[in-house]
Amino acid sequence: MSDFIAAYSWENIRYLLQGLLVTIEVSVISIIFSFIIGAILGLTRYIKVKRLSAIVGFVIDLIRNLPLLLILFFVYFGLANVGIRLSIFWSATLAMTVFESAMLAEIIRSGIQAVEPGQMEGARANGLTYWQGLRVIVLPQALKKMIPPLVSQFISLIKDTSLATIIVLPELLYHAQLVYGQNTNYVIPMFVALAVMYFVVCYALSLVSRYLERRLAR
Amino acid sequence: MITIFTENWQALLTGLGYTLFSSILALFFSLIIGSFFAILEEMPYRILKIIARIYIEVFRNIPLLVVAMFFYVVVPMYVTNINGFTAGTIGLTIYTSAFIAETVRAGIQAVDPGQMEGARSNGLTFMQAMFHIILPQAFKYVIPPLGNQFINLVKNSSVLAFVAGFDLMYQGDIIASTTFDTINTYIIIGVLYLIITMPLSYYMRHLEKKLS
Repeated sequence: MSDFIAAYSWENIRYLLQGLLVTIEVSVISIIFSFIIGAILGLTRYIKVKRLSAIVGFVIDLIRNLPLLLILFFVYFGLANVGIRLSIFWSATLAMTVFESAMLAEIIRSGIQAVEPGQMEGARANGLTYWQGLRVIVLPQALKKMIPPLVSQFISLIKDTSLATIIVLPELLYHAQLVYGQNTNYVIPMFVALAVMYFVVCYALSLVSRYLERRLAR
Repeated sequence: MITIFTENWQALLTGLGYTLFSSILALFFSLIIGSFFAILEEMPYRILKIIARIYIEVFRNIPLLVVAMFFYVVVPMYVTNINGFTAGTIGLTIYTSAFIAETVRAGIQAVDPGQMEGARSNGLTFMQAMFHIILPQAFKYVIPPLGNQFINLVKNSSVLAFVAGFDLMYQGDIIASTTFDTINTYIIIGVLYLIITMPLSYYMRHLEKKLS
């Protein structure tokens, strides 16, 4: 018990919180970029541009079927080999963005496809152009359907950020490892703290998602 | 790129074997544990529902790597000596079981409630009805998401590289650090992962279309 009290000194907790902040920074920057790229890719697949959509679809499938850890290694160690050196922070962010863009593209595409085709037909029949129909009628409805899977993807992104500990990104898991590396009595307290911190952030997000789902269903 | 493969094919295939072995073990055990918690949540007792809910929510909201590291670092220190492969596979199993529990529960709920009522009014106990009537029917709904879980498992098993689990990613890491040709090594590793995951994901998509 005394281990717990000593392990949770303000200094250690502050150090963990600094790690959590990096975790959240990487996740938030990645999700913003991924949403933009994912929306472009998802729309490209939805509007079926000749050849381009098929190629984009194939690349998305490739990325989705690779382990994120491999993409992370590729960006950090692989690109360095051909002369592209990124900082640890931006390597992690880039790897997450590449992976999440592919994930979000699929979510966005299936969200748009879930909107009844009659909506677009009705919009066109009322004199709207294809783009107007997409922007004013289809996308707002699709966004409603996308929110729950988008939030759960964001949760898994936060969890996946822990993988970047392998390229020594100073995030939550890495900081916890440094703390228990100095004193082995702190191992269990640190794992408890890790579990609690990740759980609080991710579970809070899942509650938000559930609330939005209920709100938007009305 | 070809020389990396020809010179290290044994290590690469060993890694692929460990990756598949770990994924299959984890799928098998997480199906058992996941179904257990799914049934627990469907039981007509509040306390059991709460226990199941806590288990599922906790392991869904903690990174896999933290769970795997726990078994790699804490268990050998305080309980018993286990190797990285075992620790990683246990971590994978527990993490995945929370997701599979949700899948199985959705499957159970997709079965018409009349089936349970009919079984109970014919004199079966809750457990008998669950095992003989509900679960066999629920299984149909569970198959496609289970396939997707397996794809996730193959990808997620790359965390074994953190705990010296001899998997494909671990072997790739060693080859990359001995040959210094990181980019080509990782391309080969990527192709090997895709050989397993791509056909499976296309097949699962086909299966989902066929069933719906």
